[in-house]
Amino acid sequence: MTDSVRESSPDPGPPPANGWRQEYWKKNLRLMVVLLSIWFVVSFVCGILLIEQLNNIVVFGFPLGLWFAQQGSIYTFIILILVYTLRMDRLDDEYGVAERDGEGNRL
Amino acid sequence: MSEIQVWSLVFVGISFAIYLTIAWRSRVKETKGFYVAGQGIPAVANGAAVAADWMSAASFISMAGLIAFMGSDGSVYLMGWTGGYVLLALLLAPYLRKWGKFTVPEFVGDRYSEYVRLIAAVAAIIVSFTYVVGQMRGGGIVFSRFLNLSIEGGVAVAAAIIFLYAVLGGMKGITWTQVAQYTVMIVAYLIPAWTIAQKMTGFPVPQVTFGQILAELDALSEKFGLAQYTEAFAARPQIDVFLVTMSLMIGTAGLPHVIIRFYTTKSVRGARFSAFWALFFIGLLYTTAPAVGAFTKLNLMQSVDGVAVASLPAWVNNWAATGLVTVSDSASTIGTLSNDPESGADLIVNNDILVLATPEIAGLPAPIVGLVAAGGLAAAMSTAAGLLLVISSSVSHDLYFRVVKKEASESRRLLVGRIAMGLAVVVAIYGGINPPAYVAQVVAFAFGLAASTFFPILVLGIFWKRANAIGAASGMISGLVFTASYMIYTLDVFGTSEHEHILGISPEGIGAIGALVNIIVTVVVSRLTAPPSEHVQEMVEGIRYPAARKQVTADE
Repeated sequence: MTDSVRESSPDPGPPPANGWRQEYWKKNLRLMVVLLSIWFVVSFVCGILLIEQLNNIVVFGFPLGLWFAQQGSIYTFIILILVYTLRMDRLDDEYGVAERDGEGNRL
Repeated sequence: MSEIQVWSLVFVGISFAIYLTIAWRSRVKETKGFYVAGQGIPAVANGAAVAADWMSAASFISMAGLIAFMGSDGSVYLMGWTGGYVLLALLLAPYLRKWGKFTVPEFVGDRYSEYVRLIAAVAAIIVSFTYVVGQMRGGGIVFSRFLNLSIEGGVAVAAAIIFLYAVLGGMKGITWTQVAQYTVMIVAYLIPAWTIAQKMTGFPVPQVTFGQILAELDALSEKFGLAQYTEAFAARPQIDVFLVTMSLMIGTAGLPHVIIRFYTTKSVRGARFSAFWALFFIGLLYTTAPAVGAFTKLNLMQSVDGVAVASLPAWVNNWAATGLVTVSDSASTIGTLSNDPESGADLIVNNDILVLATPEIAGLPAPIVGLVAAGGLAAAMSTAAGLLLVISSSVSHDLYFRVVKKEASESRRLLVGRIAMGLAVVVAIYGGINPPAYVAQVVAFAFGLAASTFFPILVLGIFWKRANAIGAASGMISGLVFTASYMIYTLDVFGTSEHEHILGISPEGIGAIGALVNIIVTVVVSRLTAPPSEHVQEMVEGIRYPAARKQVTADE
């Protein structure tokens, strides 16, 4: 799929200045912090701290706070991990650290 | 034999035949196959295996019933046991996979030191044992209700099957069997749930439709002398709901039998995708559970509301035989309901039967009841097998070979692994037949322990190069002592007496604070002592990148 990326990735640059490592790691941490903030908001804020206020809003019979606590937070968790996985794939490619077999296919 | 027993026997028999066939086809000859399935499991399959491993008899049998009676506060289990996977996916799984060895204590040993590894190995064994006992018990209950075996006989049969496929196939056999077990379990959970949703609301997706019945459920609950389902903090104070949710999340991410599953994937990317699939598969059951709880509770109350004791529906009598449903002697018609045997209500229903009895309460046909029995067994057995593997690998790999015999041949290592597994099964059978008085409380111990020992030092070990061995050892020990002391103070275990909860914090919720204690101690002690060696810091640097940066594409 991403053969062209692989072809262009060899970076002949001078003795590996490890600047890319810090950059990669920083981007990883930034993504992590954003996703974990969402994780905290849907579960602890919407499902626990503000549940009583949100329960005043009723959607399809569900008080909204209860919906977050018993349904919405779980859906969000699944999406968070998917987003993390896909973004990290992209980041790995960008920095040429994806694991590939001899033919360059993803492992 | 009743129709239900015949169908139970059919489904249980077919599912067991499938598990054993898989085990025979995936038998292993190497330690790498035995401990980490040769690191060749595709992400989707691994996700299903994690889900089966994770969802125990408690998730399958007890959770919906617990939520039905706890109402809104039952969310602690729903969020706590799923949110932990976000932590696992973002903070632990990819890095531990990159580092790539066999066990959790092994990472601790390489990252910190050998004696921290020993502490971790002992903690892993204790955590897994407390957990496995409950699973054996769960399997025994299903056998005794549906097949008329004694609980002892049921435990022994379940253990013998697990022993066969775990010893034969190790992690490889366990993983592929768990994929089959997940399938059996989820089908057995969803079919009754869809049917009951269709019956009650005319639309077969319980996640969407159970909102419609909440108003009715609240009204009827109040009439029966129970708290409203939608009322927050009826069962626990807000601070406790917060802390229990946090403890369960951190505990989930710190349980060795869950972490170890991410060692079996082909790559770091595979570990990330496994976490996604795992939570996806778990979410299917966990989003259904509150709906099943709500529907069944409403159904149950409607079927007995104001009914004379003499003309109660048949399921009441079927289950009364197991002692899990009781009708008060003084009642003539049913006006009150409870799950608490001390409450003196007219009808007392144990949490644990709600899922198993759902098809009967809703009047679904016998084959579905049989399917649910097979599902309950799959849930109990798949979790037990995963736990036994952790115990066996900790004993053989982390204790025996590190402490007793450092040079051993491949075949000898495999043999010791298998013997350790056999011993673990024997102890688990004994534990399942003679469970400690309070299984639920012992499980709370397991989560508290995992949250306050493993999780903090694993995360710090990956994200903070400065964390050192003395810091980690003091952190683990202080987290453990703090958490265990509060649990012993508030629970009447080990012959101690029960005390009031401080600030309304229950023993289930203390693990979160224990984890905080662990983090603070680890950071402070590490700062005050010498940093870890260059070599260790290099290793931490190394696990942050999935592969070496591509300079040369051709690989010999």
